[in-house]
Amino acid sequence: MSLRDWFANRKKKQFNTALIESKISGDDLCKLWVKCFNCNANFPRKDLEKNLAVCPKCDYHFRIGAYERIEQLLDEGSFQEINSGMFPSDPLDFVDTAPYKERQKGAKEKTGLNEAVVTGIGSIDGWEVAVAIMDFAYMGGSMGSVVGEKVTRLIELGIERKVPIIAMTSSGGARMQESSLSLMQMAKTSCAVARANEEGILYITVLTEPTFGGVTASFGTLGDIIIAEQGARIGFAGRRVIEQTIRQKLPADFQTAEYLLKYGQVDLVSHRKDLKDTLEKIIRVHTKNTSKMKQTKAKESVG
Amino acid sequence: MSTKFTPLDFEKSIYQIEDKIDELKTLSSETGIDLQDQIQTLTKQAEEYKEQLYSNLAPAQKVQIARHSKRPTFLDYISMMSTDWVELHGDRAGTDDRAIIGGIAQIQDRPVMIIGTQKGKTTKENIEYNFGMPHPEGYRKALRLFYHADKFNLPIITMIDTPGAYPGIKAEQTGQGTAIAVNLREMAKINVPIIAVVTGEGCSGGALGLAVANKVYMLEHAYYTVISPEGCASILWRSAEQASIAAEALRITASDLLKLNIIDGIIKEPLGGAHYDPEFTAKSLADTVIKTIDELSQKSGNELKKLRHEKFRKLGIFLE
Repeated sequence: MSLRDWFANRKKKQFNTALIESKISGDDLCKLWVKCFNCNANFPRKDLEKNLAVCPKCDYHFRIGAYERIEQLLDEGSFQEINSGMFPSDPLDFVDTAPYKERQKGAKEKTGLNEAVVTGIGSIDGWEVAVAIMDFAYMGGSMGSVVGEKVTRLIELGIERKVPIIAMTSSGGARMQESSLSLMQMAKTSCAVARANEEGILYITVLTEPTFGGVTASFGTLGDIIIAEQGARIGFAGRRVIEQTIRQKLPADFQTAEYLLKYGQVDLVSHRKDLKDTLEKIIRVHTKNTSKMKQTKAKESVG
Repeated sequence: MSTKFTPLDFEKSIYQIEDKIDELKTLSSETGIDLQDQIQTLTKQAEEYKEQLYSNLAPAQKVQIARHSKRPTFLDYISMMSTDWVELHGDRAGTDDRAIIGGIAQIQDRPVMIIGTQKGKTTKENIEYNFGMPHPEGYRKALRLFYHADKFNLPIITMIDTPGAYPGIKAEQTGQGTAIAVNLREMAKINVPIIAVVTGEGCSGGALGLAVANKVYMLEHAYYTVISPEGCASILWRSAEQASIAAEALRITASDLLKLNIIDGIIKEPLGGAHYDPEFTAKSLADTVIKTIDELSQKSGNELKKLRHEKFRKLGIFLE
């Protein structure tokens, strides 16, 4: 190990620990103070919660879970989850340093989730939307058969209900433990997006920290509009793989949301607090002149 | 084996036997002693041994064959199996990525669009073709040619032999992930038959970006995987040296993938691998592809799209 590698690892380890320690929900709710990984500022946990898990001092966006996203983004009480009872199987009897089955069990115990994506119908400021929200805490948000199937069904539901579809990604890529079945989820989800395109249904993706590999190279970057959350790292190949391949040091801002914006890869970068408003505006403008999507807001149609 | 290569580690015993046979032949012709019986017995034994060996290869051994430096490349197959080949260059946005090559041709009198990843056999060639690792511009060139084929009703054949899409700074800047994703989505919308053949390495999204096809075939010793065995080993086992174990666990061989319904058929290779008889390989490849084109050409554009969609829609194993 070179000195540089040692420093890189050291930094990475600190990063991960900071994330786990400062995660808002989870085992350590009793912890009242959090330290920002980015600026090292200390502040009460409830200040962070009030601020949508964004550091009040330096604007660093903490990673958050799928249900916290739903709470932040959708109208209160509007979310109805679908396919919550779908579980991963172990089609290849995959064992690396631990069996895949045990990894699934561990991930479920740690996160309370059945898989790395939560899908359902809800509303944003009254507009009905179909949403798929990934959760990095479950096996690094990796995409296996369940993630692929849930995202595909969600897109199909959006098409059927003629409502905008929103996918929020957070993933290390395809899940190796399901091997080529995971790879095929890239094709499956992309075929579903092709159908949404042909039906004239608006599909928006929101790329959040971090989005890589198979999710970037499939439904993640297929949005009619692609939004990247401020500071998120987004790419196809991981930083380490690129460094090893080209044997060069990469710029510090490489693969950040802002970097991708500069190179024309995303439509816009949004601060977490502006996300809901931005989505609402995009939906409003896109719905007005088309007969292909529902014209009325959910609330209005009920009333 | 008439052609000789530097033997792979598991091939050494075969080469030794064959050397012995050659020695006997030389001895026989030099001295005039009749050794015909011994030579025949030994040759027969060698053949049986080879059959045994090559039909029971471990996944990691298949990977070695798939990566063999003398394995026929895309352009080799083009020259052996097609006529009227006209290469069509460029993405019309500033680049001609040489890792993906495409063009029009005829195979057994059927006009087709053929697109494939290209590797080199020498260092110089490998630099030109970037070791078969495309940049986003390569996928965009392929996309342009998919649209062209769609417009002129040319069935599309893609041939895949890539260690993966290139991981580099510029590739990220110009949208490697997006380029692959767009191909997956747009291939779903194409109205002509698409047939994909993994001829060597089929690694990850870089391979899939040319493989959303009506029928997907693999050459007998090719491999197709979500991540290279080395990459998987270094992440999950934290050591690239566990690559052969990862190769086993990942189920990357043609017969494994046929069982999982991820591919539709296996194209037989000559004993020892495609490089021992490229003409034979090209012929069986062309025969399979043409038979499939003839079947699929009976169907309408909408049916072809529907079939392609259904093929991928049902892939995935889960509980609910």
